[in-house]
Amino acid sequence: MKKCTTLLWTPLLALWWRDIIRFLRQRNRIIGALATPLVFWLLVGSGFGPSFYQKGSAATESYLVYFFPGILLLIMLFTAIFSTISVIEDRREGFLQGALVAPLSPVVIPLSKFLGGTTLALLQALFFCLLAPLAGIHLGAVQLLLLLPALLLAGFSMTGLGFLVAWPMDSTQGFHAIMNIFLMPLWMMSGALFPMPEGSGWLYLVGRFNPVSYCVSAIRDALMMGRAATSLTDYYISLLITALFGAATLAMSFYLVAHPKKK
Amino acid sequence: MSQPAIIIRDLVKNFGERRALDGLHLQIQPGEIFSILGPNGGGKSTLFRILSTLLEPDAGSAEILGYHVLEDSAAVRARLGVVFQSPSLDPKLSVEENLRCGGALYGLRGKELRLRIRAAAAALELTERLSDLVEHLSGGLQRRAEIAKCLLTSPEIFILDEPSTGLDPAARLDLWATLEKLRQEKKVTILYTTHLMEEAARADRVAIISAGKLVALGTPAELTSSLRGDVLSLSTASGADQLAKKLSEQYGIPAFVIEGEIRIEHDQAYTLAARIAADFPNTITGLRIASPTLEDVFVARTGSLFGEEKLEPQPLQKK
Repeated sequence: MKKCTTLLWTPLLALWWRDIIRFLRQRNRIIGALATPLVFWLLVGSGFGPSFYQKGSAATESYLVYFFPGILLLIMLFTAIFSTISVIEDRREGFLQGALVAPLSPVVIPLSKFLGGTTLALLQALFFCLLAPLAGIHLGAVQLLLLLPALLLAGFSMTGLGFLVAWPMDSTQGFHAIMNIFLMPLWMMSGALFPMPEGSGWLYLVGRFNPVSYCVSAIRDALMMGRAATSLTDYYISLLITALFGAATLAMSFYLVAHPKKK
Repeated sequence: MSQPAIIIRDLVKNFGERRALDGLHLQIQPGEIFSILGPNGGGKSTLFRILSTLLEPDAGSAEILGYHVLEDSAAVRARLGVVFQSPSLDPKLSVEENLRCGGALYGLRGKELRLRIRAAAAALELTERLSDLVEHLSGGLQRRAEIAKCLLTSPEIFILDEPSTGLDPAARLDLWATLEKLRQEKKVTILYTTHLMEEAARADRVAIISAGKLVALGTPAELTSSLRGDVLSLSTASGADQLAKKLSEQYGIPAFVIEGEIRIEHDQAYTLAARIAADFPNTITGLRIASPTLEDVFVARTGSLFGEEKLEPQPLQKK
């Protein structure tokens, strides 16, 4: 009997393309993912600015500058969340069923979401980078070269986090709850909003073991070209940990999709 | 006879304590339009999900065109057109974009895909609507677009879950015309589930399932003519059960009480009605005689009214 092999590339590209088109047709998603962090950056940045003080630094870095990498990551987190939430909508609207009964390799559905989410997160983050000079951050060729892999890997990891939360969910309300009690704190405890304290306190440990800290650190190092006062570790190590984190979320997603709950 | 298009062998599926399929056994021939009729909760959707490779049965097996739905699921998927109750279209994409995406999921691309999209759109009279966003289409057109998407891959078998849900009467007629045309022109086998009698009766053969079991199988005419004649329904103001018992004793015929109404199948229902009216004066408050429908077949075979399927757990047999 003729065995039928599963398909990978054509469906993968089609689903990826669909995610991008779908995003571009929903203006509110673009606004939601870009405007919210922008407002957040300006309000929090301006409000906290005067009282911001970094231990060990000569206070040369303003809070708007300090906060910039964190905001880039927040944009990517929001974009990734909106893009992975579509998994829940797809399930409800029935689109996902159509993909589940197609002769696809089991990696196609998660991989297409990862690619779609990463692409959108990267594009939005780069768009926001146009504002960097306003904050007094110079973006030269070297910074951009360092920034691209950092944003790419961070976007991939954020999409991975979003996918892991979205896949088992039946409702978008459930997703919002997890976002508020899990994803946002993960971002807040990453050095994105404030420098994580040194030493051995719980906050320090949370920061160290939070993979998101390394995403922020890689972006910060790229922007400051290694001169950031609050760098967690070496740029390349941050990049490596971010990559490993992304790979882990991808592996877990493959597992989740291949082992559906028997309902 | 050629090899059956679909073979279902002793399928069993439990959801916790509830048995959704209970040893279902069926064969569907190539080129047949086959309906699975049953009340909601009777096991239709479970069967549909197993055939579309989305759900694993607990026991038994299903084969489609000789391929096992579990072990050769990729081969089954490549040969199957699945039309879901909620359309598997992206409302934010146009009809053409949906078709392109749907075709790509089956490995179609480039010129081949474009040609097939054109052919499928023409077959379902959607050519004018290709650039419309799906969210702007009526329910009937969406269902047509969904079928067009399935057509792209030239499946040999179509399975449809409650295909007329959400369609107005005109769109329903349109759907049946489309399916009939598909069968004639493409020689496809069509299996659909439904809880509507008149819809089930449009198939070549009907399988009635209830509580996960096959209760009747045959052409609509065979099924209705399997009843003895006409169906007499009686209402009474006082004690339907006692009256049914008396009627059974007096005339030596089975009389069922369903939802407070007495039902009797009889080949001379009119004569019987007159006799009952004479023998039991002032007891009968309502009387109706009708040719049997699939509903009467269901009632006769299960002893319960259609649409009254119990949803509470049925205790499983302890082994």
